[in-house]
Amino acid sequence: MTAVLARGFDQPVAQSQATFRAVMQALANPGRLIAFRSTLDTDTPLPVNAAALGLALLDFEVTFHLAPSLSAGSVADYLRFHTGARAAKTTQDAALAFLDLAKDTLCLADYAQGTPDYPDRSTTLIALSTRAETGMAIAGPGIKAVGTLGIAPLPADFTVQWAANRAGFPLGVDILFVTEEGFIGLPRSTRIVGGV
Amino acid sequence: MSAHRQTNSEPAYNFAYLDEQTKRMIRRAILKAIAIPGYQVPFASREMPMPYGWGTGGVQVTAAILGSEDTLKVIDQGADDTTNAVSIRAFFAKTAGVAVTTATEDATIIQTRHRIPEAALQGHQVLVYQVPIPEPLRFLEPRETETRTMHALAEYGLMHVKLYEDIARHGHIATTYDYPVHVAGRYVMDPSPIPKFDNPKMNDCAALQLFGAGREKRIYAIPPHTQVVSLDFEDHPFEATKFEHPCALCGATMSYLDEVVTDDKGGRMFVCSDTDFCEGRRAAGHHGHLYGGETLSKEAAE
Ligand SMILES: [Zn+2]
Repeated sequence: MTAVLARGFDQPVAQSQATFRAVMQALANPGRLIAFRSTLDTDTPLPVNAAALGLALLDFEVTFHLAPSLSAGSVADYLRFHTGARAAKTTQDAALAFLDLAKDTLCLADYAQGTPDYPDRSTTLIALSTRAETGMAIAGPGIKAVGTLGIAPLPADFTVQWAANRAGFPLGVDILFVTEEGFIGLPRSTRIVGGV
Repeated sequence: MSAHRQTNSEPAYNFAYLDEQTKRMIRRAILKAIAIPGYQVPFASREMPMPYGWGTGGVQVTAAILGSEDTLKVIDQGADDTTNAVSIRAFFAKTAGVAVTTATEDATIIQTRHRIPEAALQGHQVLVYQVPIPEPLRFLEPRETETRTMHALAEYGLMHVKLYEDIARHGHIATTYDYPVHVAGRYVMDPSPIPKFDNPKMNDCAALQLFGAGREKRIYAIPPHTQVVSLDFEDHPFEATKFEHPCALCGATMSYLDEVVTDDKGGRMFVCSDTDFCEGRRAAGHHGHLYGGETLSKEAAE
């Protein structure tokens, strides 16, 4: 463990709740940016919004996975120390999986998809990303008529991967895109219905 | 309360009663419920300082999502002034210090038992239902492993058989409460014991709808603007309840009415079940044939 870890929440009750509510709204309104800026200190080893999300949702009952670009530094120590959560041995074991879309390969099928009896036993992906002005047309629960998913960078085969994820519904993964401006949700129920 | 084994430093006092560990567990369940509309997510329900019949599932969901900025409304059978609604509202005012209201439009979170407000809900609002029996297939199949498989396979034929037996026996579908719905074309879901009059309000609702069953330890959800269809048949389409009378106090013809006794001589009248809606209409100058300037307390009348 590194000598000095960044601090966690100063006000865990209020900060956890505020973070969760933003995440809940994001997942309930796919594609819509839910503005959020965590009040965490900025020296966290993850961008503050992603760090806040980890602190808000992780504890000793669940595990997290870090993609290669995030596994070298003190992210794992930070999450373990402040939440008591364990690192998952494989992507399949992870409740939450953190990755940076600018640096890591995205393969949705690598993560836990849930089971037919318990589709909730799946991985939620926390994807560091930036918001794009233009995006793909999306439809499904939480979206009035047609919405937009504007995220960068996304892999070239994202629409193919997401179509496969959607085809497995109710199994599949959910994604929370985390940007400096807030959260954008993409639950497994969402369909991509048009290109950029 | 369970000991806090995680290392976030926390005050001894629990905001909204629940400890942070329990809130996180419920929050994770809520996120899964939103992602899989209509699917019942298991959660480790906690004992609450009130009997199960008082909606401990809904109380736990509300406690997990509630923040200091929220304004809470609690209704029971549409009314804000029943013992159950008053107690739950007081519970959160005391344990969380949140603002409370009886006005539907001012609330950010509305916890409900047995009704959906008449006023159209907004996108920033969350409706939390208290659910006694979350499994719509339970009366057909008592075994949890079996109902889980039926949901997994979307095997809902028995549900239609039950409704069709209604038609064979009564000439129409006699179920008037707890009328099952099909959510986003996938899961069949129990809407809790709301009157079927309210079922159409669940469809394409702008607000997020969350359902908590405390005794049965299930959480499920309907995201905003989600298709919710009441089960029916081509030759016997779903019909919401219609009332023959307008509300005796506010004259509304589109609201759900309760029959209430008005005196000890057997006098009766039909009035809006949603007391906030009814009072708002009267304040706006709409009056029914028995209106005499009064505000009706449902408990006082019953
Ligand atoms: Zn009325």
